[in-house]
Amino acid sequence: MLFILAAMLLQPAFSQSEKYVGAMKKNIAAIDSALSKNEFGSLTDIAAGFERIGDAEKTQWLPFYYAAYCRITLAFVKNEVSENDIIADKVDELIAKAAALEKNNSELSLLKAMNTSLRMLVNPMQRWMEFGPKMQQYSQDAMTQDPSNPRPYWFNGVSLKNTPVEFGGGCGNAKPLLDKALELYAGFTPASELHPNWGKQVCEKEAAGCK
Amino acid sequence: MYRSGTALQFLFFKYFGLYHKLLYVCVSKPADMKKLMSIRLLVISLLFSPSLLAQVTIKGVVKDNRNNPVVGASISLKDSYDGTTTDTAGRYSFKTSEKGAQVLLVTAISYKSWEQPVKLESGVLTIDVVLKQEISELTAVVLSAGTFEASDRKRAAAVLDPIDIVTTASANGDITQALKTLPGAQQVGESEGLFVRGGTAGETKTFIDGTLVNNFFFSSVPNIAQFGRFSPFIFKGTVFSTGGYSALYGQALSAALILESIDLPEQSSANLGLSVIGGSAGYQHLSKNKKSSFGASYSYTNLAPAFTIIKQRQDYSTVPYYHNADANFRVKTSKTGILKYYGYFSNNKLAFTVNSIDSIGYLDRFALANTNHFHNLSWKENLQGKWKINAGLSYSNNKDDIRSGMQTLAGNDILLTYLEAKTFKLDMKGDYFNAKLVLEKKFKGMSGIRFGSEYNYSKDRSVYTGYNGQEYPGKFRETVAAAFAEGDMYATNDLALKGGLRLEHSAQLSKVNLAPRFSLAYKTGKGSQASLAYGVFYQNPERRYLPSLQPLSFMKATHYILQYQKVLNQQSFRTEIFYKKYDNLVKTGHNGFTEAALNNDGFGEAKGIEFFWRDKRTIKNFDYWVSYSFLDTKRDFLNFPTAITPSFAAKHTGSLVMKKFVQKVKTNFNLSYTYSSGRPYYNIRYDGAAYAFTDRGTIPDFHNVSFALNFLPSVGKKDAKSFAVYVLQVSNIFNIRQTYGYQYSYNGLRKEAIVPTSRMFVYIGAFISFGVDRTDDVINSGL
Repeated sequence: MLFILAAMLLQPAFSQSEKYVGAMKKNIAAIDSALSKNEFGSLTDIAAGFERIGDAEKTQWLPFYYAAYCRITLAFVKNEVSENDIIADKVDELIAKAAALEKNNSELSLLKAMNTSLRMLVNPMQRWMEFGPKMQQYSQDAMTQDPSNPRPYWFNGVSLKNTPVEFGGGCGNAKPLLDKALELYAGFTPASELHPNWGKQVCEKEAAGCK
Repeated sequence: MYRSGTALQFLFFKYFGLYHKLLYVCVSKPADMKKLMSIRLLVISLLFSPSLLAQVTIKGVVKDNRNNPVVGASISLKDSYDGTTTDTAGRYSFKTSEKGAQVLLVTAISYKSWEQPVKLESGVLTIDVVLKQEISELTAVVLSAGTFEASDRKRAAAVLDPIDIVTTASANGDITQALKTLPGAQQVGESEGLFVRGGTAGETKTFIDGTLVNNFFFSSVPNIAQFGRFSPFIFKGTVFSTGGYSALYGQALSAALILESIDLPEQSSANLGLSVIGGSAGYQHLSKNKKSSFGASYSYTNLAPAFTIIKQRQDYSTVPYYHNADANFRVKTSKTGILKYYGYFSNNKLAFTVNSIDSIGYLDRFALANTNHFHNLSWKENLQGKWKINAGLSYSNNKDDIRSGMQTLAGNDILLTYLEAKTFKLDMKGDYFNAKLVLEKKFKGMSGIRFGSEYNYSKDRSVYTGYNGQEYPGKFRETVAAAFAEGDMYATNDLALKGGLRLEHSAQLSKVNLAPRFSLAYKTGKGSQASLAYGVFYQNPERRYLPSLQPLSFMKATHYILQYQKVLNQQSFRTEIFYKKYDNLVKTGHNGFTEAALNNDGFGEAKGIEFFWRDKRTIKNFDYWVSYSFLDTKRDFLNFPTAITPSFAAKHTGSLVMKKFVQKVKTNFNLSYTYSSGRPYYNIRYDGAAYAFTDRGTIPDFHNVSFALNFLPSVGKKDAKSFAVYVLQVSNIFNIRQTYGYQYSYNGLRKEAIVPTSRMFVYIGAFISFGVDRTDDVINSGL
């Protein structure tokens, strides 16, 4: 016991890493709890917590990834589109911090696609011209950067599902994408327990609603 | 009518976006919790758990400089995990086991970050924080007094989108027609132009990419309002200022219409259009590296088919036809710079006869041939050190050949005694050259200065040939040079000021004027703001009354505008009160031969209140706006015997514009209603000694209901190679009798109502666009 204590004191790096993992896990669990209990308001606090971890660690991209993810999720849930530009600016800042540490990452490209969607929703008729192609580009990037990532398929599938049939959306067009996402979810193993591993349940629900 | 050249599909891709609604529900799957933490680590963490060590509590309140709590601000000890976020009252409190010298950092969206060294020992540390707002375009107040802006800029206070210009039913694809549904502009139907707040059409000037446009409308035809020459699709931004505008613009007593052309198209495309009145074709090419583009289009419009179905008041010997061609190129000169060229050519003709009001049993004939070139080159670039340059050059050439005379009912030319003057030829040629240079320096937090100069040169030549073959040549040259400077200051997000000065010199008048401009905006609450504007505006006397008998001076207008607006959640409300004073307006007199400018003794004033309400929120997929203007104006200018309300000013003007997209049938329905109370009319005649009224009255109220529908069958079709839009448009659907005014015979004994050329107009057209790349992507025709 004493030996272990001594080892802990002598190896601050090790202890910090444990501290990092512990804090990240706690926060990731907090996201799940907030979403399952519909306590969306706490996502701002969780995002700020992730950001503190990221700023303190300086070399980890995942805290910024989760901070951005929380802010995007909250914006979609709140659906107060007039605030989206301000939130999206903040998210861009977070994604940029993450991207500086982790290049060409599929998960980050997906967040970019989702953030672009937030911006477009401020004024879809006016902004589709500018943001529509960008959004497509980002989700395409996400698919190429990691073909085993189910989330870009999930994102495109849900987008299409909620687009009227008359406009090329609807279940008929969305189902193949959602099925593809489910197939990928089944075989997906995150790079570590801290890496993104979300979306399966909701994807199952969306796919089930498309029969 | 629609000019068939307009590429409607441009806007329909935008509808696409509307239905891309992402209902986003997301549940994160709990990460597989491996039993990573061994008992060992658990013990350590228990031993070292912060709760077991002496901790410091840091708490306080975070407020902004208006003493409002900042909600959701992030508080942290720099380089540690410790921290929290503020609650709805701005309060925070957290415990930390960090010790010694640390830095407390507070950040919040839209605020400048705040930090302060703290010394942590034990107990409770109370630190209250006041955050300063970050001044940004998204949150700052907008200097909006007197201005309607429709642009792609990310502005919180915008009430219009560029797309609104082309989806207004009564607009018929014409920019100024759409602007007439906003408060401030009159529903004048007998001549073209924007009559703003008691001003004449000549008091509104149009600018494209900064430089003045000399012949924005097709050449005037008696009692028939003409359309603007330019397609709304070549512009991405429209600013309509009904007063109090910036020192960058001048030579307009009432209003400025400031248009910004589009940049590079999103992709290459080709377009075809076919309608009951003509056809069009165009091509737009975007280079592979997306750094440059070029394009051209041509359209031919001929009203003959329409006029055979829809009876016109005039009897046309040459039915109006238009050849319009344009070409453009755009080159990115750097990451931030772009060089743009837009060139336009038009050739159009018409000739008609109407029953003469002067002599029963005879006809008046009128013929017009017009050729117009317009070339505009502009360059904008961000330079080092937050400097920015905007330069523009434009040249245009306009040629009008007018033939007027009288005919017998059999169609033979005839000269009637005392009416000889109705027979004449008038050939006019104009060359116009305009240049403008603006340098801008931005400071922190959106403040900035702008300065530069403008140069407008014009050369007009005319030859008037009387019935007897006598020629009267005329020549008029003018150079107006101007220098201007303007500064914006954003004290906070809530308070902005703009001050400017404009100095102008007119070679013709050989006089100089100095015009101060000022505006201020103050945020009064969430989404709401109050603003005011003041400005002095000068304009040269109108050319058609020159040369004058005595030396003239600039005409002058002074504007005072107060505005309140609230824009929140897809709903906008705005109201404006204005007072405008006119001085040194040109008075005309009779020189024994014709009416000519006499002196600058004219004057006038206009005051009023305007309201605008727009709502996109209450009903899904339904968008409408209502505008109302009250105007009280009188002026004494030109040949007016006294100060009177001019015939182009109605007391009450209102519009209701509705837009609804029905996705099941892929059709966009647009309906608009415009109203204007009866305008006064006068017959002012020269009695040998002075101008006097021989008749006056009020025309009936004006009502117009227009309807348009656009059917988009290819929307949502995957892998479609082309994209089609079908258009049906009906103006004045209820066939209401509309009167614009009265005209009088030469002897003043007979009067006749000025009415539209036909009561109702129906337009049917089809437009097809072929995306050279993927049609699912966006087509920006730019043609």
